Amino acid sequence: MRAASIFFPTPFDIFTRSAELWLSGPPSRLFLTDTVFRDILPSMLRLLSGWCAAVLVGVPLGILIGRSRYSSDILDPPLQFLRAIPGPALIPVFIILLGTESTMRIVLIAFGSLWPILLNTIEGIRTVDPVQLDTARVFGLPRPARLWRIILPAAMPKIFAGMRVSLALAVILMVVSELVASTSGIGYRIQNAQIMFLLTDMWCGIVLLALLGYTLNWLFLKLEDRALNWHRGARGRATR
Amino acid sequence: MLVVQGLHHAYAPAQVAIRDLSFEVSAGEIVSIVGPSGCGKTTLLKALAGLLAPTGGMIRFQGQVVRGVPEGLAMVFQEYSRSLLPWTTVSANVELPLRYQPVDSIERTNRVSESLQAVGLSGFGDRYPWQLSGGMQQRVAIARALAYHPKLLLMDEPFASVDAQTRADLEDLAAAVRDQFDITIVLVTHDIDEAVYLSDRVVVLSGAPSIVLAQIPVDLPRPRDQIATKACEQFVAKRSEVARLIRRPPAPKVANAPI
Repeated sequence: MRAASIFFPTPFDIFTRSAELWLSGPPSRLFLTDTVFRDILPSMLRLLSGWCAAVLVGVPLGILIGRSRYSSDILDPPLQFLRAIPGPALIPVFIILLGTESTMRIVLIAFGSLWPILLNTIEGIRTVDPVQLDTARVFGLPRPARLWRIILPAAMPKIFAGMRVSLALAVILMVVSELVASTSGIGYRIQNAQIMFLLTDMWCGIVLLALLGYTLNWLFLKLEDRALNWHRGARGRATR
Repeated sequence: MLVVQGLHHAYAPAQVAIRDLSFEVSAGEIVSIVGPSGCGKTTLLKALAGLLAPTGGMIRFQGQVVRGVPEGLAMVFQEYSRSLLPWTTVSANVELPLRYQPVDSIERTNRVSESLQAVGLSGFGDRYPWQLSGGMQQRVAIARALAYHPKLLLMDEPFASVDAQTRADLEDLAAAVRDQFDITIVLVTHDIDEAVYLSDRVVVLSGAPSIVLAQIPVDLPRPRDQIATKACEQFVAKRSEVARLIRRPPAPKVANAPI
């Protein structure tokens, strides 16, 4: 039975419409259409900027909190409180403070994806093997070397786990941010298509998001694989 | 070279690990520290390494009072798999401490290959520690210590986590590198055979809070042999002497205890 539902277009319909929407541009622009440059690329740029900002803030802050009892005592309560705020609830605040341009969306993405990175970094730093730290001290490694050569590499598997969880969160927050007060982006296109009852276009956007999330995760796993090759090897050996 | 005077350590007022230890180690000696489990052997070794500030007494290494990790000291830990860094290769592990010493890169490379050769791991520099067996990993840890050119090598139950054959090999290796690299070794062990077989002197500790029960010189001829030495009468006598001290420790005199 193949009911021609207008609510659920067939995958073939979605596929052909996607090609039409995004890949029917002039050859001089690699066949990419205007909307790719107006919506998809800005979305991805916001996503990656927000996520990178979260990494750049979360990892150093996590190291600080993980290493120092003092900063942990001071920073932990406010951070636990901030962490409890659902990111999207801050959209109205961010709109007032930062306007409706990309900055607001990037900040929202960064805020939401900060927490898994921060908490995993703290956890990773705190659980470095004391034997490794003793070894470093006995062999006279100066403090900065202990951080770069021992503590950070040891915490890397947990930091990467946090970064990967955050990447998925960043995709969600990107879409949510684009559903509100926006004029461009994948989220905006999906919502716009729904309002104009272009349901195939709406589904195209959703499928694109799925592909985007899948690809980002895959790319990140590849990166993780390269960076933490030793970890897989060491763990595989231990559990064999 | 190493002087321990009236060493006392309490983790908490009611938890005294070391009551009162005094002994000396001369340059070039191999000294074993044995005692019943939980007698503060590891605490003592950490204090010697400067990793732990004892609550009383004094440790001097090469004439200097130990406050913090002294120079010229290396350590081999029992947990080789946790002490080696799994994210770098064997040679990088051995080389790492040298990067922060006044040693140029040519000398570094030389020392790495020299010490890997001394422990019989010449061809394994590019492997990762976790690709090697337990015994080989402990050899890497020993090589790392040797490349550091320490005056004093501390070993914390270094052969406790490997199989019996490997253990015998590593014991002979320790004796061999002492001669080759001209170092002093202080070794903590719970194995009486090992202590007597390896050492020039065995320091026997009582149960916690520990004191020195006896210091037993072992003047068995060197080089020693796993089978011949362990079969000779003198070895067996020393072995029994140490064993008797550990099995039935005379109650430490409470009257002398510091409060």
